[in-house]
Amino acid sequence: MTAATSLRTGPSTALLLTAGTLMLVGLALLPRFIVPYQTVLITYGLVMAIAALGFNLLLGYTGLLSFGHSAYFGAGAYAVAFIARDLGVHSMELCILGGLLGTLLVAALFGFVCVRHTRIFFGILTLALSQVLWSLAFKFFWVTGGTDGIRVDSAKLSLLGGLIDFKAAGSYQRFVISYYYYVLALFALATVVMWIIVHSPFGKALQAIRDNETRARFVGVRVTRYRWVAFMISGAFAGLAGILWVPLNGLTTPDILYWPFSGELVFMTVLGGFRTFSGPIVGAMVFNYLKTYAVASTEYWQMLLGTVLVLLILVLPAGIIGTLARLTARR
Amino acid sequence: MALLETIKLKRYFGDTRAVDNVDLTIAEREFVSLVGPNGAGKTSLINVISALLRPDSGRIMFMGRDITHASVTERVRAGIARSFQLVNVFDDLSSFDNVALAIFSREGKTAHLGALAHRDHAVGLEADKVLEQFGLAGKRAVIARDLAQGERKLLDVALAYALRPRLLFLDEPTSGVSTRDKGQIMDTIASVVRGEGITAVIVEHDMDVVFKYSDRIVVMAQGAILAQGTPDEIRANDQVAMVLLGTSGKDAFARKE
Amino acid sequence: MSSTILIIQLLNALFYAAVLFLIAAGLSLIYGVMRIVNLAHGSLYALGAYISAWAVGGAASAAALDQLGLAGMLLLLPVGAIAIALLGALIEPTLLRPFYRRPEEYHLLVTFGLLMILEDLMKFLFGGTPLNAGTIMDRMGSIGIGRLLYPTYNLFVIAIGLFAALGLWWFIYRTRFGVILRATSQDRRMASALGINVSRVYVEAFAIGCFMAGLGGAVVVPAQAAILGMGVEALVLAFVVVVIGGLGSLEGAFIGALIVSLVRTAGIQFFPEIELAVLYLIATAVLLVRPTGLFGRA
Repeated sequence: MTAATSLRTGPSTALLLTAGTLMLVGLALLPRFIVPYQTVLITYGLVMAIAALGFNLLLGYTGLLSFGHSAYFGAGAYAVAFIARDLGVHSMELCILGGLLGTLLVAALFGFVCVRHTRIFFGILTLALSQVLWSLAFKFFWVTGGTDGIRVDSAKLSLLGGLIDFKAAGSYQRFVISYYYYVLALFALATVVMWIIVHSPFGKALQAIRDNETRARFVGVRVTRYRWVAFMISGAFAGLAGILWVPLNGLTTPDILYWPFSGELVFMTVLGGFRTFSGPIVGAMVFNYLKTYAVASTEYWQMLLGTVLVLLILVLPAGIIGTLARLTARR
Repeated sequence: MALLETIKLKRYFGDTRAVDNVDLTIAEREFVSLVGPNGAGKTSLINVISALLRPDSGRIMFMGRDITHASVTERVRAGIARSFQLVNVFDDLSSFDNVALAIFSREGKTAHLGALAHRDHAVGLEADKVLEQFGLAGKRAVIARDLAQGERKLLDVALAYALRPRLLFLDEPTSGVSTRDKGQIMDTIASVVRGEGITAVIVEHDMDVVFKYSDRIVVMAQGAILAQGTPDEIRANDQVAMVLLGTSGKDAFARKE
Repeated sequence: MSSTILIIQLLNALFYAAVLFLIAAGLSLIYGVMRIVNLAHGSLYALGAYISAWAVGGAASAAALDQLGLAGMLLLLPVGAIAIALLGALIEPTLLRPFYRRPEEYHLLVTFGLLMILEDLMKFLFGGTPLNAGTIMDRMGSIGIGRLLYPTYNLFVIAIGLFAALGLWWFIYRTRFGVILRATSQDRRMASALGINVSRVYVEAFAIGCFMAGLGGAVVVPAQAAILGMGVEALVLAFVVVVIGGLGSLEGAFIGALIVSLVRTAGIQFFPEIELAVLYLIATAVLLVRPTGLFGRA
């Protein structure tokens, strides 16, 4: 993929660090000033930001557009649902571990198959495989609950190895606040981890593969293998997002495995700017608000979002952060 | 022992004999020029040796090992590197990042996910040194896409060189470059290559360049080796002159003033 | 299973294959000529279905329909296809043309946005209740197969599918416009250098592709009601068809539609839980072993 210009799109590291720290502090203080509903909304945004961050490792840094990332988000979500329902495990940490394991298995398998191809065939392959999972969740209703899905009761969960639980009265408020900080911490961790990865020699190799696959080979980089690793990391991030999403949503259904959900993930990444590091984060948060308010204001929110997407691609293909970077660089 | 040896190497494209029974030997530290008219099979030969193409039959021996079926990355690790006729660099990375990547790859560091690239001072120093050797030090931070054509060509060569190969193939390193820059580019390449004793095989069309720098010249035509020898021997070879220039005689290769 | 039931299942599969072929052929044509994967293609099919159903089933009162007679109704049915073709002629210059020089990922995004818009457009225009043109099917009656009755309309659709396949083949390989289409799809710049108005070819090709999708919808709606979400579902199936048959190939769309339809019909009969999964896995397997599909070129 090529950017429209060859500017190093994206703010400098110092700027990112400052902005990031400020944002983190701001986010940490926020719950004091807003109603619980808004806190829940931001939590959703942070969860999707983790997914978008992971997704962009493949798109922005490795040059692979996956239209099937719903598979890994869903794998994480359903894994938690199964662990909670069938194994009776309610420790969030164990759910995360188990969920990540399940997601990694799926991502490793699907990724192994998909990375042998590029461009449109890669995209169709990812879509087809995610549909396999969707159809299984849809049809095997006696295991997955079919379209009704599986409920996961947040009141039964415990955070930090049982330190925080929600069995007492008035728990919902406590859950909202505690879970917010829990997700915020994991979001910060995920961001730092991803930042290190894309700035590592491995990350540089991925960008080289994105820019020129042939030359990357001729510099000694094992292209297919590296794509596979990137795929698994990307899937793991999406899976973590799905894992964190389930207690918030209280329910997991086949909808999150259905391919239009993958499309939403692409949408939010492009909205923020897929050629920047922070773009996907911003895009996910903005999309989250966009969708929530669209759904609240009109029955035809899909049309609204669709129009936004089309206009976005026509007018601002570099996304929010990408365009901002370009504007500030020109000065 | 020869560094590289091809034995009856063949690659056909239907009826076209791109590489026709080629027995080529390259000795260590040689500076060989591969010449011939368009379609002679020079690039195809390099493509087969560097694994971009699979041979139909024949063998390739490198440092005594049979690498006929080795993959691209295996050959790179064995010590064969190449540059490309149509510039092949990492367009969205800076010159520095381009070269640094080659070094990271060589050192096996590209597998490191947890370390920050710009903190690796050893790699950074070496990348800067390479850039300087190729006259690109001033363009360190420039994105490859924004470099001038001649600079991009040099970067292409620098990438291959940064791998510290035993054998370097350069496919028309001065093509597409203005005549004024050609000499400078070749001087740079030749001084780096000779200075470090790297074995080099260069595909070239400019006979002045070829005669000035080569230890040995290999002339190809229609997929096969027509003749090979020192510049003087080739200069005196009428058959070669005929194939390359369309005329022959002892002044065929003299520069027309 | 008795042979009568077998024949009926086979006919069902052929009916379904005819509809799939129409959708997939359009998708393949658009990709073959323009190298665009139209993610909104399924939604166009659905919109065509809705419009046709509305025209025949909804718009006219029962009395007016009686006056029209069966022939009239059948003539009215393709109105969905024509509407979609016109829509396509509008979409191509406005939404697709700006992206031809851009990486193909942008096409996917724009057509995905279009999908979202179309899905809600259908909800807006036709609401949540299913629409069908069942009167046509009733009017055409049934034919006896063994001791069972089978709707004549389904046979009619199978015939249309065949006719469309032959028609398209003739159009692409035997007409002058077809030659121009093939030339443009093989080498856009060369075609332009030869004096072909590539922009016009693109609009026309896209409109034809949309017409096929709309026709698929028009043709299915007397038998199956138009419902929300049918487009999204159809797109994935159309993808499976062109993956198996080969992107850009007419023969591929034909054979692919047959294969997918037969697998689906057999699947629903014998292994209903995994029939969809099997289909997607076949697509995956084909993509791995022979990514250009049975008949496609790279």
